[in-house]
Amino acid sequence: MLLSEMKEGESCRITRIGGNGALRRRILEMGLLKDSEIYVEKYAPLKDPVELIVKGYHVSLRVTEAAQIRVEKI
Amino acid sequence: MTPKSLTIALAGNPNAGKTSIFNHITGTRQKVGNWPGVTVEKKEGTIHRYGYELKIIDLPGTYSLTPFSIEEIIARDFILEASPDVVVDIIDASNLERSLYLATQLRELDCKVIFCLNMADVARARGIKINAKKLSELLDVPVLFTVGNKNEGIEDLLKAAIELAESEVLSTGKRRVRYRADIEKAIAEIETVLNADLGAEIPYNTRWTAVKLIEDDAIVKERIQQLAGQQGERIVETVRQQREILIRLFAEEPEILTTDERYGFIAGIVKEVHATAIQKRVDISRNIDLVLTNRFVGFPIFILFIWVMFQATFTLGAYPMDWIDAGIRGLTLLLDGILPDSLIKELLLDGIIAGVGSVIVFLPNILILFFFIAIFEDTGYMSRAAFLMDKIMHLIGLHGKSFIPMLMGFGCNVPAIMAARTLESEKDRILTILITPFMSCSAKLPVYIVLAGAFFGPRAGTVIFLIYLLGIVLSIATGRLFRSTLLRGADAPFVMELPPYRVPMFKSLTIHMWDRSKIFLRKMGGIILVGSVVVWCLTAFPRQVSFSIDYDARIQKIEQAYQAYQPPKQLNLSSEMETRKDQEIQQLRAAKAAERAEKSLMGRLGAAIAPFFQPLGIDWKGGIALLTGFVAKEIVVSTLGVLYAADDVSEPGALEKALLASKMTPLTAFAMMIFVLLYLPCIATVAAIRRETGSLSWMIFSIAYTTSVAWIMAFLVYQGGKLIGFA
Repeated sequence: MLLSEMKEGESCRITRIGGNGALRRRILEMGLLKDSEIYVEKYAPLKDPVELIVKGYHVSLRVTEAAQIRVEKI
Repeated sequence: MTPKSLTIALAGNPNAGKTSIFNHITGTRQKVGNWPGVTVEKKEGTIHRYGYELKIIDLPGTYSLTPFSIEEIIARDFILEASPDVVVDIIDASNLERSLYLATQLRELDCKVIFCLNMADVARARGIKINAKKLSELLDVPVLFTVGNKNEGIEDLLKAAIELAESEVLSTGKRRVRYRADIEKAIAEIETVLNADLGAEIPYNTRWTAVKLIEDDAIVKERIQQLAGQQGERIVETVRQQREILIRLFAEEPEILTTDERYGFIAGIVKEVHATAIQKRVDISRNIDLVLTNRFVGFPIFILFIWVMFQATFTLGAYPMDWIDAGIRGLTLLLDGILPDSLIKELLLDGIIAGVGSVIVFLPNILILFFFIAIFEDTGYMSRAAFLMDKIMHLIGLHGKSFIPMLMGFGCNVPAIMAARTLESEKDRILTILITPFMSCSAKLPVYIVLAGAFFGPRAGTVIFLIYLLGIVLSIATGRLFRSTLLRGADAPFVMELPPYRVPMFKSLTIHMWDRSKIFLRKMGGIILVGSVVVWCLTAFPRQVSFSIDYDARIQKIEQAYQAYQPPKQLNLSSEMETRKDQEIQQLRAAKAAERAEKSLMGRLGAAIAPFFQPLGIDWKGGIALLTGFVAKEIVVSTLGVLYAADDVSEPGALEKALLASKMTPLTAFAMMIFVLLYLPCIATVAAIRRETGSLSWMIFSIAYTTSVAWIMAFLVYQGGKLIGFA
């Protein structure tokens, strides 16, 4: 499934990161890599962006960006 | 003997506490400037310690050294080209894994690095124990602990930096990231070609250069091609081949592979040095966030904060504003009494003091506004504001962070435009800069207050609110228009860290606030001063005006007449008579000043530009007032004061009365307010636009665009209003 389909409070593991060069690289550099575990902390009040916890820190992505990341629920 | 000079660069992720360490080291001895050619703030400070002169450079906060954003390019170039003696990497100890990404990249560059594990107290409180000795061993660099905001460990850091700078040992390559065999093979191939074709000419570490070429790093590639000349082709060709091999092998771009490998390397290190695993963050910060970015109360709280900020700015700021105002009036009266009548005196009192004085009263407002913005930034709330607002801002084609400069635009456009620096993508930055002038700045408020106060009475508040709203609507429309035409293209990735909330340090708040207010004060000393003098000259010359009536003679006649007439003592009319006499004289003096203004250079200029303003229902006086507003928007009020002959400061509401008595109507006043809202920004803002976009054409474009929009909107309102039947 896609990261953007995950609900608040769910955890998942990244299986694939898509997207174009700049976005993809930025996502990777922020520590969202294949096999990284992600906790979906919350969505913003207007449902976009989404706040994630990865490697012990908080990061936010737009929903369209999260839709580039394939995950499996854990 | 002059002390030996050492350069120490501070690198690190944003939010790692780099600034507080920099502030503690340099104190008030810091210089804020710009990195050459770009709009990123450069902070440096020089201190003398342990017999050395230490030059501390605060590099921009970055997550990586890929030439991805301006900040990253600057940080990397500085380390590569300026070769600082030591680079201190400030690492958020509670966020080790991600922080080590930049650290490993620094390690790959050929420079002397110290790792500084900052916010050690926060990490300890969260149950994170880091084995510094082990980390130091594994990466072959000195590792220290600091608590930046409590000034702990800073002296040790300086000592370690000096020691490292003076040590002969060059860092060995053995503790760097090792990539998987296929990548190492490609690196080796490229290294061979580089050594053969360039040899000693390679400007950087050969291995690093090879890695960057494999990653298709545009800047390194260009530099190598330049240096290699003829042989450049061969190098480029080898790199292309090696990249292709890797892409075929892994079905993945090499730069993705290297990023992955670095994190793999880091994961290994983190496992060894972390005594306890990172617990899921159930801490105060997370609880605060549950409220502040809550689905239901997040926005109301955000609006409340903004409301408090503006309330404090304007109501709290009103008191010191009055004091400054009184001070200026006192000074004027004092000088008026001391100085003999002369042209210089007139220039000093009516030109310089009146002009600069009318603007400097806004200093308290600006200080308070920036104090709040510094609080938002230092606590970490600013990124939550961007988190909340991104969806809305994205509709205009902007980043959530653009909200901040736009919001600051309500205070003053100059720092607002400078705040656009926080945006990573150039297109976002330019777009934000172009729409910010539509955010009605505080300097325009006095103009609205006078006009709306005079013509709309109790409904003035609503009218002013409408004006502000129109500015917001037009900025949105402009954003959408430019995003789909001039500045098309995908916006930068949003990916933004939400740092833990922190208690701000008072020292850093005041430094922040002061840095920005200095910009405002510099504007006072320079541009406003010049502007006031120019405006004064235009109104004061020519000195000799042939008046239609001999005002002085009339005044004399009135005085004589009152003196000659002696009313019967018992009626006791003398005081009433006295007021009547004063009134009549006052009227004549005002009429004289108005005629003088009309016949001055400024008046002639006004007549020349009158046709431009006529379709908007604005007369030549309004036209001149608007023209002088280019210097600073507040001046519109003082010019109106002069032209409508109501420059009597002792009487409050004099200007409003004079305006009501003129030919102006509510409709023309409204059209004029709209024009003030939208037309070309003040000279300081124009200068800021020039500097921040780095281009003269964007500046001219901004001037032309805002003025056209202003004219069209005022035209539509005035002519439309007339059609509907408002006079």
